[in-house]
Amino acid sequence: MLKTANQKAWYFVVPVVVLVAFNALIPLMTVVNYSVQETFGDNVFFWEGVKWFEEVLNSDRFHDSFLRQLAFTGMILVIEVPLGIGVALSMPRKGPWVSVCLVLMALPLLIPWNVVGAMWNIFALPDIGLLGRSINALGIDYNFTQQPESAWMTTVLMDVWHWTSLVVLLAYAGLCSIPDAYYQAAKIDGASAWSVFWRIQLPKLKRVLTIAILLRFMDSFMIYTEPFVLTGGGPGNTTTFLSIDLVKIALGQFDLGPAAAMSLIYFLVVLLVCWVFYTLMMRHEGQ
Amino acid sequence: MGIELRRVTKQLGSETHIYETNLVLESGEFNVLLGTTLSGKTTLMRLMAGLERPSSGEVWHNGENVTGLPVQKRNVAMVYQAFVNYPNFTVFDNIASPLRVARVQADEVRRRVEGIAELLKLTPILERLPNELSGGQQQRTALARALVKDAALVLLDEPLANLDYKLREELRDELPKLFQDTGATVVYATSEPLEALMLGGYTATLEQGRVVEYGPTVRLYRSPGSLASARVFSDPPINTAQVEKRGPIFFLTESVHWTAPAGFRDLADGHYTIGVRPHHLTIGGIDQGVVKVRARVLVAEISGSESIVHADVEGNLWVSESHGIHPFEVGDIAELFLHVGRCLYFDNDGSLIGHQADTASRDRPH
Repeated sequence: MLKTANQKAWYFVVPVVVLVAFNALIPLMTVVNYSVQETFGDNVFFWEGVKWFEEVLNSDRFHDSFLRQLAFTGMILVIEVPLGIGVALSMPRKGPWVSVCLVLMALPLLIPWNVVGAMWNIFALPDIGLLGRSINALGIDYNFTQQPESAWMTTVLMDVWHWTSLVVLLAYAGLCSIPDAYYQAAKIDGASAWSVFWRIQLPKLKRVLTIAILLRFMDSFMIYTEPFVLTGGGPGNTTTFLSIDLVKIALGQFDLGPAAAMSLIYFLVVLLVCWVFYTLMMRHEGQ
Repeated sequence: MGIELRRVTKQLGSETHIYETNLVLESGEFNVLLGTTLSGKTTLMRLMAGLERPSSGEVWHNGENVTGLPVQKRNVAMVYQAFVNYPNFTVFDNIASPLRVARVQADEVRRRVEGIAELLKLTPILERLPNELSGGQQQRTALARALVKDAALVLLDEPLANLDYKLREELRDELPKLFQDTGATVVYATSEPLEALMLGGYTATLEQGRVVEYGPTVRLYRSPGSLASARVFSDPPINTAQVEKRGPIFFLTESVHWTAPAGFRDLADGHYTIGVRPHHLTIGGIDQGVVKVRARVLVAEISGSESIVHADVEGNLWVSESHGIHPFEVGDIAELFLHVGRCLYFDNDGSLIGHQADTASRDRPH
């Protein structure tokens, strides 16, 4: 085997190793540390093994917030992805309106998360908010601070408003990269608009949509700030998603062990779902 | 019969893409549209196909005015520079797609697709998806889709430009044969003069949205009707210079001159333009009918068995192309043979004055 004469190249890797250690590895190991031990303060730890994991996995509270989280993520994916593709398809491909549309689409993405939460909170207030008052004026009894259905509808609507743009922008970029020749060829074949969508546009969008779905899955699965500001997890526990629950356990009740175990389970679920999804989507890709 | 453009123009906004064009392409012929990028080849094809409506003028196909007819109602097929196939259809389904849109019976579809696949050597890969294929196979699939339709008009828009050299040669040989017996009008766009020569048939030279000339490919190459046409149909570029005729003598400069060849003697005195194809400006070679000129070498390149020398010939930047390896350094003084008997002579409006018939048979594209 050839021996490398100069080993100095390793020095170039050092900054990255240090950075990764500080922003990922060390925090993660702290969490692992808490998840397998019990502490009563004073930096005294007792070994507990997998006790916290068992406790979390068997608790109804975790099951409930996990199901709530799945329902929320499922709903926003079912709404945002088709809606995003639809909006992208109807955006102009050339001309002065392109930039106008793109800027309008990018706007919601530029607003900080807690501002979005605060905006929708006020917007949806049943007595003074434009949305809340309008719905009530239509004769529908709507109060997101008291009714679980109203709270869910408002949270989903807020997420759709905030994040559909991301799907739109990705899908639009994908559509723009399809050469004009495909459309001409389809036209010459006499293909309908419907088959152009199914046979050309959707297959060609597969890659960007995979990315869009992954990003939307991860972000919505970890959502915290917006529902926290909007509903604070209520009424009751009806909009307490995983992150909100986690913070309640860790900082509200100061149960560091169960909170650490829950964090790791949470992290592994996100990782696993992303991996399975990506593998399935890419299985039939050629080279 | 065939496709006919009558006084067709195409304008987009204030830009003119096609100036008034009259062109008749006979059915059953292989027609080449030759011109550089943006010369209007693709626009012309889109007008023929019906993908675009002409701003004025009419398009006739097989004796029928098809100007307003949408593309799906015409029997046309088109192949592009990009390899265009349905991404999630197998090769078989891709080839079958035009037939299925036309609601052809399933067993008839199978028979025709398999026949075409055999012809284009696609049989072993009929069940694969386009992104599992090489570029050559993808383009064969696209060609098969065009062939299977039995279209009356087949438009090939630089179909070989994205293929590597060997595949390009192979497909280029096959293409005219594939369409020979279909009776279809075939239109092939290319920016390469050599490709036009190899494909044969008829050629239209295009320049900046105008058809400069149309005729049999070889005739067009040997005696282009105008300087513009000669410029389009020459690779490397044709060399040109102003000459002056005084009595029976043509003067390039006071020191470089030659006796007017037969047929040009009676020409009025005055200024003319000569066009010299690079292989008529050679290092050595036959010394009959030539004038020797001194040239300062600017760039010298050797491509296989040809030497290409860019040189300053009496103040003109000319290209010479000779058989054999002739190494030169930049700045060297080379003695070049200018084959004055084979030059093209143009008058002041750029139209060809006449080409010597006896040299035409010996004059062959390199």
